[in-house]
Amino acid sequence: MLTVLAPGPLATVQDRGRPGWASIGVPRSGAADRAAHDLANRLVGNAPDAATVEVTAGGLRVRAERAHLVAVTGAPAPLAVDGRTVPVNAPFTLPAGGELALGVPRSGLRSYLAVRGGVDVPPVLGSRSTDTLSGLGPEPLRAGQALAVGGLAAEEPVVDVAPVAGPVDAPLLRVLPGPRRDWLEDDAWRALISQEWAVTADSDRVGLRLGGPVLRRARDGELPSEGLVPGALQVPPDGAPVLFLVDHPVTGGYPVLAVVATADLPAAAQLRPGDRLRFRSA
Amino acid sequence: MDGVDERAGGVAVLPCGDRALLLELADPGAVRAVAAALQRDPLADQEEVVPAARTVLVRLGRPPRDADVRAVRDRALVDPVEGPPPGEVALPVVFDGPDLAEVAERTHRSTGQLVEALTATEFTVAFTGFTPGFGYLTGLPDELHVPRRATPRTRVPAGSVGLAGPYAGAYPRASPGGWQLVGRTDAVLFDVDRDPPALLVPGARVRFRAC
Repeated sequence: MLTVLAPGPLATVQDRGRPGWASIGVPRSGAADRAAHDLANRLVGNAPDAATVEVTAGGLRVRAERAHLVAVTGAPAPLAVDGRTVPVNAPFTLPAGGELALGVPRSGLRSYLAVRGGVDVPPVLGSRSTDTLSGLGPEPLRAGQALAVGGLAAEEPVVDVAPVAGPVDAPLLRVLPGPRRDWLEDDAWRALISQEWAVTADSDRVGLRLGGPVLRRARDGELPSEGLVPGALQVPPDGAPVLFLVDHPVTGGYPVLAVVATADLPAAAQLRPGDRLRFRSA
Repeated sequence: MDGVDERAGGVAVLPCGDRALLLELADPGAVRAVAAALQRDPLADQEEVVPAARTVLVRLGRPPRDADVRAVRDRALVDPVEGPPPGEVALPVVFDGPDLAEVAERTHRSTGQLVEALTATEFTVAFTGFTPGFGYLTGLPDELHVPRRATPRTRVPAGSVGLAGPYAGAYPRASPGGWQLVGRTDAVLFDVDRDPPALLVPGARVRFRAC
Protein backbone atom coordinates (compact mmCIF):
# COMPACT_ATOMS: atom_id res chain seq x y z
CA MET A 1 0.00 0.00 0.00
CA LEU A 2 1.02 3.58 -0.69
CA THR A 3 -0.15 6.56 1.32
CA VAL A 4 -0.58 9.86 -0.52
CA LEU A 5 1.11 12.59 1.50
CA ALA A 6 0.51 15.34 -1.11
CA PRO A 7 -1.12 15.00 -4.55
CA GLY A 8 0.42 18.08 -6.19
CA PRO A 9 -1.81 20.16 -8.50
CA LEU A 10 -3.63 17.10 -9.91
CA ALA A 11 -2.91 13.40 -9.60
CA THR A 12 -5.31 10.77 -10.92
CA VAL A 13 -5.38 7.01 -11.34
CA GLN A 14 -5.18 6.02 -15.02
CA ASP A 15 -5.04 2.90 -17.12
CA ARG A 16 -5.76 2.28 -20.80
CA GLY A 17 -9.29 3.65 -20.39
CA ARG A 18 -12.77 2.27 -21.04
CA PRO A 19 -13.17 1.50 -24.74
CA GLY A 20 -16.43 0.10 -26.04
CA TRP A 21 -18.93 2.36 -24.25
CA ALA A 22 -18.99 5.33 -26.62
CA SER A 23 -22.35 4.35 -28.07
CA ILE A 24 -23.95 5.15 -24.69
CA GLY A 25 -21.98 8.36 -24.33
CA VAL A 26 -19.04 7.17 -22.21
CA PRO A 27 -15.64 8.62 -23.23
CA ARG A 28 -12.63 6.33 -23.41
CA SER A 29 -10.42 8.41 -21.08
CA GLY A 30 -7.24 6.68 -19.81
CA ALA A 31 -3.62 7.84 -19.50
CA ALA A 32 -3.07 11.06 -21.47
CA ASP A 33 0.47 10.00 -22.44
CA ARG A 34 -0.25 6.36 -23.16
CA ALA A 35 3.35 5.63 -24.20
CA ALA A 36 4.77 6.85 -20.88
CA HIS A 37 2.06 4.99 -18.93
CA ASP A 38 2.80 1.74 -20.79
CA LEU A 39 6.53 2.18 -20.26
CA ALA A 40 6.05 2.67 -16.50
CA ASN A 41 4.11 -0.59 -16.34
CA ARG A 42 6.78 -2.44 -18.35
CA LEU A 43 9.58 -1.17 -16.10
CA VAL A 44 7.97 -2.73 -13.01
CA GLY A 45 6.78 -5.85 -14.85
CA ASN A 46 3.05 -5.10 -14.76
CA ALA A 47 0.35 -6.46 -17.00
CA PRO A 48 -0.61 -3.88 -19.69
CA ASP A 49 -3.98 -3.17 -18.05
CA ALA A 50 -2.48 -2.20 -14.67
CA ALA A 51 -3.25 1.32 -13.42
CA THR A 52 -0.63 3.98 -12.70
CA VAL A 53 -0.79 7.41 -11.10
CA GLU A 54 -0.79 10.28 -13.61
CA VAL A 55 0.93 13.20 -11.90
CA THR A 56 0.27 16.65 -13.40
CA ALA A 57 3.11 19.17 -12.98
CA GLY A 58 4.81 17.15 -10.24
CA GLY A 59 4.26 17.74 -6.54
CA LEU A 60 3.21 14.19 -5.63
CA ARG A 61 4.58 12.72 -2.41
CA VAL A 62 3.80 9.14 -1.37
CA ARG A 63 4.96 6.86 1.44
CA ALA A 64 5.32 3.11 1.02
CA GLU A 65 3.72 1.12 3.84
CA ARG A 66 5.79 -1.88 2.77
CA ALA A 67 8.56 -2.23 0.17
CA HIS A 68 7.36 -1.77 -3.41
CA LEU A 69 9.07 -1.79 -6.79
CA VAL A 70 8.16 1.50 -8.52
CA ALA A 71 9.13 3.54 -11.60
CA VAL A 72 8.38 7.06 -12.84
CA THR A 73 8.18 7.93 -16.55
CA GLY A 74 6.85 10.73 -18.74
CA ALA A 75 7.65 14.32 -17.81
CA PRO A 76 11.08 14.06 -16.10
CA ALA A 77 10.26 15.26 -12.60
CA PRO A 78 13.23 15.39 -10.21
CA LEU A 79 12.76 12.31 -7.99
CA ALA A 80 13.87 11.82 -4.43
CA VAL A 81 13.48 8.91 -2.02
CA ASP A 82 13.91 10.21 1.53
CA GLY A 83 15.82 13.13 0.08
CA ARG A 84 18.17 11.01 -2.05
CA THR A 85 17.97 11.53 -5.84
CA VAL A 86 16.79 8.60 -7.97
CA PRO A 87 16.53 8.42 -11.78
CA VAL A 88 13.40 8.50 -13.92
CA ASN A 89 12.64 5.78 -16.48
CA ALA A 90 14.21 3.13 -14.23
CA PRO A 91 12.65 0.79 -11.68
CA PHE A 92 13.75 1.10 -8.04
CA THR A 93 12.61 -0.24 -4.70
CA LEU A 94 10.79 2.13 -2.42
CA PRO A 95 11.54 0.66 1.03
CA ALA A 96 8.91 0.23 3.73
CA GLY A 97 8.36 3.68 5.28
CA GLY A 98 10.26 5.33 2.42
CA GLU A 99 8.94 8.57 0.97
CA LEU A 100 9.01 9.31 -2.77
CA ALA A 101 8.73 12.95 -3.82
CA LEU A 102 8.28 14.28 -7.37
CA GLY A 103 9.50 17.83 -8.05
CA VAL A 104 8.28 20.03 -10.88
CA PRO A 105 9.28 18.49 -14.24
CA ARG A 106 12.00 20.31 -16.19
CA SER A 107 9.99 19.72 -19.35
CA GLY A 108 6.61 18.22 -20.10
CA LEU A 109 3.54 18.10 -17.89
CA ARG A 110 2.53 14.55 -16.96
CA SER A 111 4.61 11.93 -15.12
CA TYR A 112 3.49 8.35 -14.46
CA LEU A 113 4.17 6.45 -11.25
CA ALA A 114 3.83 2.69 -11.63
CA VAL A 115 3.97 0.29 -8.72
CA ARG A 116 4.54 -3.42 -9.24
CA GLY A 117 1.06 -5.01 -9.04
CA GLY A 118 -0.73 -1.87 -10.23
CA VAL A 119 -2.75 0.73 -8.34
CA ASP A 120 -5.89 -1.03 -7.19
CA VAL A 121 -9.09 0.99 -7.05
CA PRO A 122 -12.53 -0.44 -7.90
CA PRO A 123 -12.94 -0.50 -11.70
CA VAL A 124 -15.90 1.36 -13.22
CA LEU A 125 -17.12 -0.04 -16.54
CA GLY A 126 -13.93 -2.08 -16.76
CA SER A 127 -11.44 0.73 -16.09
CA ARG A 128 -9.78 2.38 -13.09
CA SER A 129 -9.29 5.68 -14.97
CA THR A 130 -10.55 8.99 -13.67
CA ASP A 131 -12.53 10.63 -16.46
CA THR A 132 -12.44 14.33 -15.66
CA LEU A 133 -15.16 15.13 -18.21
CA SER A 134 -17.87 12.67 -17.27
CA GLY A 135 -16.93 12.12 -13.62
CA LEU A 136 -16.54 8.33 -13.94
CA GLY A 137 -13.85 6.51 -12.01
CA PRO A 138 -12.14 7.51 -8.76
CA GLU A 139 -11.86 11.07 -7.50
CA PRO A 140 -8.46 12.74 -7.96
CA LEU A 141 -5.99 11.74 -5.25
CA ARG A 142 -6.12 13.56 -1.90
CA ALA A 143 -3.58 13.92 0.89
CA GLY A 144 -3.94 11.10 3.40
CA GLN A 145 -5.50 8.69 0.94
CA ALA A 146 -4.40 5.04 0.99
CA LEU A 147 -3.69 3.50 -2.41
CA ALA A 148 -3.95 -0.28 -2.45
CA VAL A 149 -1.56 -2.23 -4.66
CA GLY A 150 -3.14 -4.94 -6.81
CA GLY A 151 -2.13 -8.27 -8.25
CA LEU A 152 -1.47 -7.29 -11.84
CA ALA A 153 2.24 -8.12 -11.72
CA ALA A 154 3.44 -10.12 -14.71
CA GLU A 155 6.91 -11.63 -15.14
CA GLU A 156 9.82 -10.13 -13.22
CA PRO A 157 11.03 -6.96 -14.91
CA VAL A 158 14.31 -7.28 -16.74
CA VAL A 159 14.89 -3.71 -17.89
CA ASP A 160 17.13 -1.60 -15.66
CA VAL A 161 16.62 1.67 -17.44
CA ALA A 162 14.72 2.75 -20.53
CA PRO A 163 16.65 5.20 -22.70
CA VAL A 164 13.76 7.43 -23.76
CA ALA A 165 13.93 11.00 -24.94
CA GLY A 166 11.99 13.35 -22.71
CA PRO A 167 9.32 15.72 -23.97
CA VAL A 168 10.75 18.23 -26.46
CA ASP A 169 10.13 21.96 -26.51
CA ALA A 170 7.99 23.24 -29.37
CA PRO A 171 7.18 19.83 -30.87
CA LEU A 172 6.21 19.35 -34.50
CA LEU A 173 3.04 17.23 -34.56
CA ARG A 174 1.96 15.36 -37.68
CA VAL A 175 -1.63 15.93 -38.80
CA LEU A 176 -3.90 14.05 -41.17
CA PRO A 177 -7.00 15.48 -42.84
CA GLY A 178 -10.12 15.60 -40.71
CA PRO A 179 -13.64 14.98 -41.97
CA ARG A 180 -14.74 18.62 -42.27
CA ARG A 181 -11.92 20.42 -44.03
CA ASP A 182 -14.56 21.75 -46.45
CA TRP A 183 -16.32 23.62 -43.63
CA LEU A 184 -13.30 25.92 -43.31
CA GLU A 185 -11.75 28.46 -45.65
CA ASP A 186 -9.23 27.03 -48.13
CA ASP A 187 -6.35 28.71 -46.33
CA ALA A 188 -7.19 27.12 -42.95
CA TRP A 189 -5.16 23.96 -43.56
CA ARG A 190 -2.21 26.02 -44.78
CA ALA A 191 -2.45 28.28 -41.73
CA LEU A 192 -2.57 25.23 -39.48
CA ILE A 193 0.65 23.72 -40.82
CA SER A 194 2.61 26.91 -41.49
CA GLN A 195 2.03 28.96 -38.34
CA GLU A 196 3.23 28.56 -34.79
CA TRP A 197 0.58 27.85 -32.14
CA ALA A 198 0.53 28.40 -28.39
CA VAL A 199 -1.20 26.32 -25.73
CA THR A 200 -3.53 28.59 -23.74
CA ALA A 201 -4.26 28.37 -20.02
CA ASP A 202 -7.71 26.94 -20.75
CA SER A 203 -6.26 23.44 -21.38
CA ASP A 204 -6.64 20.15 -19.54
CA ARG A 205 -7.14 16.39 -20.09
CA VAL A 206 -10.16 17.17 -22.28
CA GLY A 207 -8.17 19.22 -24.74
CA LEU A 208 -5.70 21.97 -25.53
CA ARG A 209 -7.12 25.30 -26.62
CA LEU A 210 -4.67 26.83 -29.07
CA GLY A 211 -3.83 30.45 -29.72
CA GLY A 212 -2.64 31.54 -33.16
CA PRO A 213 -4.18 32.68 -36.44
CA VAL A 214 -7.98 32.67 -36.60
CA LEU A 215 -9.25 29.78 -38.74
CA ARG A 216 -12.27 31.02 -40.63
CA ARG A 217 -15.40 29.07 -41.52
CA ALA A 218 -16.29 28.64 -45.19
CA ARG A 219 -19.95 28.11 -44.39
CA ASP A 220 -22.57 29.05 -41.85
CA GLY A 221 -25.03 26.76 -40.21
CA GLU A 222 -24.75 24.06 -37.61
CA LEU A 223 -23.00 20.76 -38.11
CA PRO A 224 -25.02 17.94 -36.52
CA SER A 225 -23.02 16.42 -33.65
CA GLU A 226 -20.70 13.62 -34.73
CA GLY A 227 -18.23 11.22 -33.15
CA LEU A 228 -14.82 12.56 -32.10
CA VAL A 229 -11.39 10.94 -31.86
CA PRO A 230 -8.42 11.91 -29.67
CA GLY A 231 -6.18 14.28 -31.61
CA ALA A 232 -9.12 15.88 -33.44
CA LEU A 233 -8.54 19.59 -34.12
CA GLN A 234 -12.00 21.07 -33.82
CA VAL A 235 -12.70 24.66 -34.85
CA PRO A 236 -15.38 26.47 -32.83
CA PRO A 237 -17.03 29.64 -34.21
CA ASP A 238 -14.34 31.87 -32.65
CA GLY A 239 -11.76 30.27 -34.98
CA ALA A 240 -9.38 29.12 -32.20
CA PRO A 241 -8.85 25.36 -32.58
CA VAL A 242 -9.15 22.82 -29.78
CA LEU A 243 -6.86 19.78 -29.88
CA PHE A 244 -8.76 17.01 -28.10
CA LEU A 245 -6.95 14.75 -25.63
CA VAL A 246 -8.14 11.59 -23.84
CA ASP A 247 -11.11 12.97 -21.87
CA HIS A 248 -12.69 14.43 -25.03
CA PRO A 249 -16.48 14.28 -25.34
CA VAL A 250 -17.82 11.35 -27.34
CA THR A 251 -19.45 13.67 -29.89
CA GLY A 252 -19.03 17.29 -30.90
CA GLY A 253 -20.83 19.75 -33.12
CA TYR A 254 -18.00 21.87 -34.54
CA PRO A 255 -16.07 20.97 -37.70
CA VAL A 256 -12.88 18.91 -37.32
CA LEU A 257 -10.22 20.28 -39.68
CA ALA A 258 -7.43 17.82 -38.95
CA VAL A 259 -6.47 14.92 -36.70
CA VAL A 260 -3.07 14.57 -35.01
CA ALA A 261 -1.27 11.28 -35.80
CA THR A 262 -1.76 8.72 -33.04
CA ALA A 263 2.01 8.37 -32.57
CA ASP A 264 2.24 12.10 -31.74
CA LEU A 265 -0.54 12.19 -29.13
CA PRO A 266 1.87 11.52 -26.24
CA ALA A 267 3.84 14.64 -27.20
CA ALA A 268 0.58 16.64 -27.32
CA ALA A 269 -0.32 15.38 -23.83
CA GLN A 270 2.97 16.73 -22.47
CA LEU A 271 2.34 20.33 -23.57
CA ARG A 272 1.94 22.94 -20.86
CA PRO A 273 0.03 26.21 -21.00
CA GLY A 274 2.31 28.70 -22.72
CA ASP A 275 4.18 26.03 -24.71
CA ARG A 276 4.59 26.47 -28.45
CA LEU A 277 3.93 23.85 -31.12
CA ARG A 278 3.73 23.41 -34.87
CA PHE A 279 1.95 20.99 -37.16
CA ARG A 280 3.07 19.35 -40.38
CA SER A 281 1.18 17.31 -42.92
CA ALA A 282 1.74 13.58 -42.29
CA MET B 1 -4.70 5.80 -47.39
CA ASP B 2 -6.01 7.08 -50.72
CA GLY B 3 -9.52 7.46 -51.99
CA VAL B 4 -11.19 7.46 -48.63
CA ASP B 5 -13.46 10.40 -49.33
CA GLU B 6 -15.91 8.74 -51.61
CA ARG B 7 -19.53 7.78 -51.87
CA ALA B 8 -20.07 4.06 -51.55
CA GLY B 9 -23.50 2.49 -51.33
CA GLY B 10 -25.13 5.73 -50.12
CA VAL B 11 -22.35 6.19 -47.57
CA ALA B 12 -19.84 9.03 -47.78
CA VAL B 13 -16.62 7.79 -46.17
CA LEU B 14 -14.75 10.75 -44.70
CA PRO B 15 -11.15 10.76 -43.43
CA CYS B 16 -10.73 11.00 -39.66
CA GLY B 17 -7.05 10.56 -38.83
CA ASP B 18 -5.07 7.32 -38.74
CA ARG B 19 -7.34 5.18 -36.55
CA ALA B 20 -10.89 5.93 -37.68
CA LEU B 21 -13.36 6.51 -40.49
CA LEU B 22 -16.39 8.77 -40.37
CA LEU B 23 -19.36 7.46 -42.35
CA GLU B 24 -21.94 10.04 -43.39
CA LEU B 25 -25.39 8.68 -44.15
CA ALA B 26 -28.59 9.92 -45.71
CA ASP B 27 -30.87 9.81 -42.67
CA PRO B 28 -31.12 8.66 -39.03
CA GLY B 29 -32.61 5.33 -40.09
CA ALA B 30 -29.55 4.58 -42.22
CA VAL B 31 -27.32 5.59 -39.28
CA ARG B 32 -29.03 3.05 -37.02
CA ALA B 33 -28.92 0.34 -39.70
CA VAL B 34 -25.21 0.79 -40.50
CA ALA B 35 -24.24 1.09 -36.82
CA ALA B 36 -26.16 -2.12 -36.08
CA ALA B 37 -24.57 -3.90 -39.06
CA LEU B 38 -21.09 -2.89 -37.86
CA GLN B 39 -21.83 -4.07 -34.31
CA ARG B 40 -23.05 -7.40 -35.67
CA ASP B 41 -20.29 -7.83 -38.24
CA PRO B 42 -17.30 -5.70 -37.21
CA LEU B 43 -14.47 -4.56 -39.47
CA ALA B 44 -11.06 -6.09 -38.71
CA ASP B 45 -9.66 -4.55 -35.49
CA GLN B 46 -12.79 -2.47 -34.96
CA GLU B 47 -12.73 -0.97 -31.46
CA GLU B 48 -15.76 1.26 -31.26
CA VAL B 49 -18.81 2.39 -33.21
CA VAL B 50 -20.24 5.83 -32.40
CA PRO B 51 -23.59 6.56 -34.05
CA ALA B 52 -24.62 10.23 -34.12
CA ALA B 53 -27.19 12.38 -35.93
CA ARG B 54 -26.07 11.73 -39.51
CA THR B 55 -22.82 9.86 -39.08
CA VAL B 56 -21.26 6.70 -37.71
CA LEU B 57 -17.69 6.94 -36.42
CA VAL B 58 -15.76 3.68 -36.62
CA ARG B 59 -12.64 3.57 -34.44
CA LEU B 60 -10.04 0.99 -35.40
CA GLY B 61 -6.93 -0.42 -33.74
CA ARG B 62 -4.93 0.17 -36.96
CA PRO B 63 -4.84 2.64 -39.88
CA PRO B 64 -7.88 2.48 -42.18
CA ARG B 65 -7.39 0.94 -45.62
CA ASP B 66 -9.20 0.91 -48.94
CA ALA B 67 -10.68 -2.51 -48.15
CA ASP B 68 -12.58 -0.89 -45.25
CA VAL B 69 -14.47 1.33 -47.69
CA ARG B 70 -15.63 -1.75 -49.59
CA ALA B 71 -16.50 -3.54 -46.36
CA VAL B 72 -18.55 -0.56 -45.17
CA ARG B 73 -20.39 -0.40 -48.49
CA ASP B 74 -21.21 -4.10 -48.25
CA ARG B 75 -22.68 -3.63 -44.80
CA ALA B 76 -24.67 -0.57 -45.89
CA LEU B 77 -26.21 -2.52 -48.76
CA VAL B 78 -27.31 -5.46 -46.65
CA ASP B 79 -30.96 -5.32 -45.63
CA PRO B 80 -31.36 -4.62 -41.95
CA VAL B 81 -31.61 -7.84 -40.01
CA GLU B 82 -34.65 -8.11 -37.76
CA GLY B 83 -33.07 -7.75 -34.37
CA PRO B 84 -34.78 -8.24 -31.04
CA PRO B 85 -37.67 -5.77 -30.67
CA PRO B 86 -36.36 -2.47 -29.27
CA GLY B 87 -37.02 -1.88 -25.61
CA GLU B 88 -39.78 0.45 -24.47
CA VAL B 89 -39.27 2.94 -21.67
CA ALA B 90 -42.03 4.93 -19.97
CA LEU B 91 -40.26 7.93 -18.43
CA PRO B 92 -42.14 9.50 -15.50
CA VAL B 93 -41.95 13.28 -15.95
CA VAL B 94 -43.13 16.14 -13.76
CA PHE B 95 -43.84 18.94 -16.24
CA ASP B 96 -42.81 21.97 -14.21
CA GLY B 97 -39.64 23.04 -16.05
CA PRO B 98 -38.49 26.68 -15.98
CA ASP B 99 -38.94 26.98 -19.76
CA LEU B 100 -42.33 25.22 -20.00
CA ALA B 101 -44.34 28.44 -20.35
CA GLU B 102 -41.90 29.91 -22.89
CA VAL B 103 -41.94 26.75 -25.02
CA ALA B 104 -45.78 26.73 -24.89
CA GLU B 105 -45.87 30.34 -26.02
CA ARG B 106 -43.33 29.77 -28.82
CA THR B 107 -45.34 26.80 -30.08
CA HIS B 108 -48.66 28.68 -29.79
CA ARG B 109 -50.44 26.51 -27.26
CA SER B 110 -51.25 26.36 -23.58
CA THR B 111 -48.91 24.55 -21.21
CA GLY B 112 -51.63 21.89 -20.84
CA GLN B 113 -51.73 21.36 -24.59
CA LEU B 114 -47.93 21.22 -24.72
CA VAL B 115 -47.82 18.51 -22.04
CA GLU B 116 -50.55 16.63 -23.90
CA ALA B 117 -48.56 16.78 -27.14
CA LEU B 118 -45.35 15.65 -25.44
CA THR B 119 -46.97 12.71 -23.67
CA ALA B 120 -48.68 11.67 -26.93
CA THR B 121 -45.34 11.46 -28.76
CA GLU B 122 -43.54 8.18 -29.27
CA PHE B 123 -39.83 8.98 -29.18
CA THR B 124 -36.92 6.85 -30.38
CA VAL B 125 -33.40 7.06 -28.94
CA ALA B 126 -31.46 8.03 -32.07
CA PHE B 127 -28.04 8.12 -30.41
CA THR B 128 -26.38 9.06 -27.13
CA GLY B 129 -23.56 11.40 -26.29
CA PHE B 130 -22.90 14.71 -24.56
CA THR B 131 -22.67 12.90 -21.21
CA PRO B 132 -22.90 9.20 -20.33
CA GLY B 133 -26.50 8.04 -20.73
CA PHE B 134 -27.78 11.22 -22.42
CA GLY B 135 -30.10 9.96 -25.18
CA TYR B 136 -31.05 12.16 -28.11
CA LEU B 137 -34.77 11.38 -28.58
CA THR B 138 -36.24 11.82 -32.05
CA GLY B 139 -39.92 11.81 -33.01
CA LEU B 140 -40.82 15.29 -31.78
CA PRO B 141 -43.47 16.77 -34.13
CA ASP B 142 -42.11 19.64 -36.26
CA GLU B 143 -44.37 22.19 -34.55
CA LEU B 144 -42.67 21.45 -31.22
CA HIS B 145 -39.13 22.15 -32.44
CA VAL B 146 -37.67 25.05 -30.46
CA PRO B 147 -34.16 26.50 -30.63
CA ARG B 148 -31.66 26.12 -27.81
CA ARG B 149 -31.58 28.93 -25.26
CA ALA B 150 -29.52 31.87 -26.49
CA THR B 151 -27.45 31.68 -23.31
CA PRO B 152 -26.87 28.19 -21.90
CA ARG B 153 -27.45 27.62 -18.20
CA THR B 154 -24.24 27.02 -16.28
CA ARG B 155 -25.96 24.27 -14.29
CA VAL B 156 -28.88 22.11 -15.33
CA PRO B 157 -29.99 19.78 -12.51
CA ALA B 158 -29.83 16.00 -12.98
CA GLY B 159 -33.12 14.58 -14.25
CA SER B 160 -34.07 17.73 -16.19
CA VAL B 161 -36.10 17.01 -19.33
CA GLY B 162 -35.51 19.41 -22.21
CA LEU B 163 -36.10 20.17 -25.87
CA ALA B 164 -33.64 21.49 -28.49
CA GLY B 165 -34.31 21.57 -32.22
CA PRO B 166 -35.63 18.19 -33.36
CA TYR B 167 -34.61 16.48 -30.10
CA ALA B 168 -35.89 15.82 -26.62
CA GLY B 169 -33.57 14.56 -23.87
CA ALA B 170 -33.05 14.07 -20.15
CA TYR B 171 -29.88 15.04 -18.25
CA PRO B 172 -28.41 12.02 -16.39
CA ARG B 173 -26.29 14.29 -14.21
CA ALA B 174 -26.04 17.98 -13.45
CA SER B 175 -24.12 19.81 -16.16
CA PRO B 176 -24.11 23.04 -18.12
CA GLY B 177 -26.75 23.00 -20.84
CA GLY B 178 -28.68 25.05 -23.37
CA TRP B 179 -31.81 22.96 -23.79
CA GLN B 180 -35.29 24.36 -23.06
CA LEU B 181 -36.29 22.67 -19.81
CA VAL B 182 -39.91 21.49 -19.70
CA GLY B 183 -39.82 19.05 -16.77
CA ARG B 184 -37.88 16.59 -14.69
CA THR B 185 -37.75 12.85 -14.13
CA ASP B 186 -36.63 10.83 -11.15
CA ALA B 187 -35.75 7.83 -13.35
CA VAL B 188 -32.15 6.64 -12.93
CA LEU B 189 -30.80 7.42 -16.39
CA PHE B 190 -27.28 6.11 -15.88
CA ASP B 191 -25.94 3.61 -13.35
CA VAL B 192 -22.53 1.99 -13.83
CA ASP B 193 -23.67 -1.02 -11.80
CA ARG B 194 -26.60 -1.74 -14.11
CA ASP B 195 -26.46 -3.71 -17.37
CA PRO B 196 -26.78 -1.82 -19.62
CA PRO B 197 -25.69 1.25 -17.62
CA ALA B 198 -27.81 3.61 -19.75
CA LEU B 199 -31.61 3.52 -19.42
CA LEU B 200 -31.99 5.07 -22.89
CA VAL B 201 -30.04 3.00 -25.42
CA PRO B 202 -30.02 3.64 -29.17
CA GLY B 203 -33.12 2.23 -30.82
CA ALA B 204 -35.25 2.16 -27.66
CA ARG B 205 -38.78 3.62 -27.83
CA VAL B 206 -39.59 6.19 -25.15
CA ARG B 207 -42.80 7.81 -23.91
CA PHE B 208 -43.15 10.56 -21.32
CA ARG B 209 -45.71 9.77 -18.63
CA ALA B 210 -46.97 12.87 -16.80
CA CYS B 211 -46.93 12.53 -13.03
